[in-house]
Amino acid sequence: MNAKKGEWVKIYRVILKPEERAPQVPDDTKLVPLEMWVKGFITADAELGDIVEVKTITGRMESGKLVEINPTYTHSFGNFVPELLQIGLDLKEILFGGDSVER
Amino acid sequence: MKDNSYNAVMSRKNEIMKNAIGIDYSTFENEGISFEYERMMRETGYTLEEMQKIQGETGVGNTPIFELRNMTALARKYSEPGKGARIFIKDEGGNPSGSFKARRAANAVYHAKKLGYKGVIAATSGNYGAAVASQAAMQGLKCIIVQETYDSKGMGQPEIVEKARKCEAYGAEVMQLSVGPELFYEFLLLLEETGYFNASLYTPFGIAGVETLGYELSMQMREKYGKDPDVVVCTNAGGGNLTGTARGLIKAGATDTQVVAASVDLSGLHMASDSQFNRKSFTTGHTGFGIPFSTYPDRSDVPRSAARPMRYMDRYVTVTQGEVFYMTEALAQIEGLERGPAGNTALAAAFSIAREMDQDQMIIVQETEYTGAGKHIQPQLSFARDNGIEIFFGNPVDQVPGVNIILPKTPDLIKAIDLDMTKTRKSVVKNAINANQATRVSEQDIQFLVAETKTDRTFVTETLKELGIEF
Repeated sequence: MNAKKGEWVKIYRVILKPEERAPQVPDDTKLVPLEMWVKGFITADAELGDIVEVKTITGRMESGKLVEINPTYTHSFGNFVPELLQIGLDLKEILFGGDSVER
Repeated sequence: MKDNSYNAVMSRKNEIMKNAIGIDYSTFENEGISFEYERMMRETGYTLEEMQKIQGETGVGNTPIFELRNMTALARKYSEPGKGARIFIKDEGGNPSGSFKARRAANAVYHAKKLGYKGVIAATSGNYGAAVASQAAMQGLKCIIVQETYDSKGMGQPEIVEKARKCEAYGAEVMQLSVGPELFYEFLLLLEETGYFNASLYTPFGIAGVETLGYELSMQMREKYGKDPDVVVCTNAGGGNLTGTARGLIKAGATDTQVVAASVDLSGLHMASDSQFNRKSFTTGHTGFGIPFSTYPDRSDVPRSAARPMRYMDRYVTVTQGEVFYMTEALAQIEGLERGPAGNTALAAAFSIAREMDQDQMIIVQETEYTGAGKHIQPQLSFARDNGIEIFFGNPVDQVPGVNIILPKTPDLIKAIDLDMTKTRKSVVKNAINANQATRVSEQDIQFLVAETKTDRTFVTETLKELGIEF
């Protein structure tokens, strides 16, 4: 996919390589880099995976690998958790008793 | 060209901070381990009246208090005869950004604007980011929020991903990072690059912003019920919520009100661990922040934190993830209030504590927070399950953070567990000594430690003797 100059994109950059990580970091975290994602308007046409420059919403310049064009929010209410239904039923039974809730 | 390596930037920390906050903290330092906390709050903060005005201009504060009658009735079903205090909640979710954090942000952003900064930066994955972004939008400043979002597999906590969306909705730039305390390094680089104000959670103006909450709470309860609440429960992480609320209560003259801290028990999980990052279902209000920040407040992003909860705390309890999720669902199902989970940490604790109290007593939870996609029990439990966390009904005392989430089988199993206050207060003394590598302390230091621990001279001197410190 290609991004046209001026489009809103997300970029990715490694801030610290594993060997550059702070001394107090736990061992498992030391094995991986410190990574960064930021969004901005791309300054030139590019393809996904290219190293590009963007101007962020506050006007800062950032550079990194182009990872998403028109980045979308995908978080949601997740998968259904059946246990949650039970809580309401139990509490109404305790507070209002049996069928009384339906009267 | 500036050296922007990790060590070089960290060594410029104090200089960067001084430029980014506009407070010279060294003027409040004493010889030895102490500093002048009250003078710092007085000279760099705002009066209660000023804060009410600043917050009022941006629609912050004056949130309603609700009596949770069904919750009280439920607690009484499991209480000894005559026991079961009336439970109340202050609906801070009604603030412009959806949480009490608007109070902190209103002051911080106002202060930044007054000092002539063009923008504000905050390092936060939580409600505070949304609050700063919302205030920056209102007051016409630019805003950058730096948040710890993803593990090394690129998987993000739903609650934090949602917070990024909310910050962007207010026009802020959001920089997202993977797990690690070096977020602070990137934060310093951004402060240096932009010259923006550090809207730290821990400045005197930020903390003073919460004083209006405690004050308002006392006034509302007196007006409606003729007296102050007997107990106020605060969800505790960095300590600012409790500190500000307690200071506000004192300013209202509510000195008999007991102030209780509540944190979600995440014992055994390391907060900076990449592999454990997504094994927890709470990103704040938990012991991973609550205990270290209570016992050593100056670990924050400013030289001297204005959040010093042990000065005001009467009791500190923990509750479990399962109990808080259960109470969040209960709040919706029997009180008709759908609110975010993290703010209900104190509610789970209050439900338990109410059962110890007399029926004519009143206990209040001093916050709620907004809820929505990502930031809701459903996606948070769903995310936990996807990450291999077992979720089932049982007794919450059997829970293992990072392994399972146990929803209480019956409400009587919800039990706030007391932390040992003596031990916690001793840690405050020990950490203050260690941070300064002191071997001997002065009378001024002793008085400072008395205030820091809300104890007396005997407690402090006995603790110093145990630590082998001369005085």
